[in-house]
Amino acid sequence: MLSGSDWQALWLTARLAGVVTLILLVLGTPIAWWLARSRSRWKAPIGAVVALPLVLPPSVLGFYLLLAMGPDGPLGQLTQALGLPPLPFTFTGLVVASVFYSLPFMVQPLQSAFEAMGERPMEVAATLRASPLDAFFTVAVPLAAPGFLTASILTFAHTVGEFGVVLMIGGNLPGISRVASVQIYDHVESLDYGQAHRLAAVMLVFSFVVLLSLYAWRAQPGRRR
Amino acid sequence: MTRLFAHLLCLGLLLAGPSAHAEKIMVAAAADLKFALDEIVTAFQTREPGHEVEVVYGSSGKFHTQIQQGAPYDLYFSADIAYPRALAQAGFAASPVQPYTVGRLVLWSATRDARQLRLSHLTDPKITRIAIANPKHAPYGQRAVEALRAAGVWSQIEPKLVYGDNIAQTAQFVQTGNAQVGIIALALAVNPTLSRQGGHWLIPEHLHAPLEQGFIVTKRAQGKALALRFADHMRSPQARAVMSRYGFVLPGEAAAP
Repeated sequence: MLSGSDWQALWLTARLAGVVTLILLVLGTPIAWWLARSRSRWKAPIGAVVALPLVLPPSVLGFYLLLAMGPDGPLGQLTQALGLPPLPFTFTGLVVASVFYSLPFMVQPLQSAFEAMGERPMEVAATLRASPLDAFFTVAVPLAAPGFLTASILTFAHTVGEFGVVLMIGGNLPGISRVASVQIYDHVESLDYGQAHRLAAVMLVFSFVVLLSLYAWRAQPGRRR
Repeated sequence: MTRLFAHLLCLGLLLAGPSAHAEKIMVAAAADLKFALDEIVTAFQTREPGHEVEVVYGSSGKFHTQIQQGAPYDLYFSADIAYPRALAQAGFAASPVQPYTVGRLVLWSATRDARQLRLSHLTDPKITRIAIANPKHAPYGQRAVEALRAAGVWSQIEPKLVYGDNIAQTAQFVQTGNAQVGIIALALAVNPTLSRQGGHWLIPEHLHAPLEQGFIVTKRAQGKALALRFADHMRSPQARAVMSRYGFVLPGEAAAP
C-alpha cells in the first residue's frame, strides 16, 4: 500500500514530532510557569513573542531561520564557533525550527493549567516546608497533569502538520527532512495522485483520531478541562 | 446581530469579488523565466496601458497539475515542452505548443569562483552541500541529475545534494550560502544580482537531454484577446532580444554576448 519512502517519511515525521515534544516539555514548562505566576512588566511582551508562531506565516519563520542558520547568520556563526555542522538541510535544523514553530502549543495549555491551579496549593506546600522545586514536582505537576497531556498532544500534532517551514529550510532530503507533508506535496507535484491519496488519508485519520481522543477525554463527566 | 453578520458577509463577498479591470491575464511561468519575463511583461504593459499581466513563477510540473485542475492561468510557460504538449493532447490548450527557448544549466556559487568549477570538482570534500531543483517535478532538476550521471560523479555527490522546490529556490539556497554550489538555470545566473557573486560555468549540452521549453495559451483563455496579443509579443524581436540577453535562445539563434 504505502511505499518504502512513504513509511520513511511517516517515521521521520513521528521522530521529529516526538523529539520536539520532549524538548518543548523541558523548555516550555518553565516559560509557562513564569507566564502563569509573574507580575513582571515583561509578561505581556514575552507572552506575545511566545504566541507569534500562531499568527506568523510559516514562510516568515522559514525565511528568517534560513538566513539565521546560514553561514553569515547568528545561528550559523554559533554552530560554526562550536565546531558543529551547519543547521539547514539537517534533522537537527528541523528540530530547532519546529521548537520555535510549536512553542505556543506547549506553553499556552500549560500556562492555563498553572493559572487554573491558583496560588493556594503552592502556599500550602510551602507552609509544609516543601522547597519550591519539590513543591513544583509533587504538587503543581500532578495538579496540572491534564494540561501537560493536552500540551504534549497539541505540540506533537502541530509538529506533524508542519509544512511551510520544512519546505524552506529542509532541502527535501529523504530520511532527514522529507516529512510526510512534504512527501504528499511531492506526490501531487509529480501527478502521482494514488500515492498522495494513500498518504494523505493516513494523515487525515491520524489527525482526527488524535483530536477525537483529546476531546472525548476532556468531555468525560467529572473532568474540568 | 443578524444584520451585523449580513453586513460582514456582504463586505466579505465584496472583497472577494473581481475588481473592475479593462483586461487581465494570468501567466504561469517556469521559475527560470523570473528575470527575463519580468522585463518582457513590463515592456508589454507600457505598450498596452490599462491592461494587466500577472505572472506566477514556480515549477513546471506543479503548474501542469494545477492547469489540469482548472487553475486560472491564461498562458503557461514550461521549462520542459513535454508538459504543455501533454496538456495540449488532453485538450487544455487553445493554441499550438510554441517552443520559445532551449534552457541551459550552469554551475553557480555565491562563495567561490564558479567559472573555474567543473562537475568533477563537486567531489571535493570541502563542498558539503550542492543544490539542484527537485528532479521529481522540476525539469532543471531532471537534467541536472542526467548531467551528474553523465559526468560520472553521481554516486559520490548524491549524499551532498539538497533539493529546491523549483530552480529559483535552488538558486536561493546557494545565494544564502547554505549550499556552496548549485546547478541552476543560465537565465538566473546571468541576472545582475547573481552574476556579481561568484560567476558561473556553463554545463556542456551533450551531458543532458535538451531542455526544450514551450508555452501554450490555455483553453481557459480562448477568445481572450489580451492573451493572444501577449503570445504574439513573445515572438516579437523585442522580446526575443530580452530572452537572448538572458541566454535563452532557440536553435539557430545566437545568444547576445
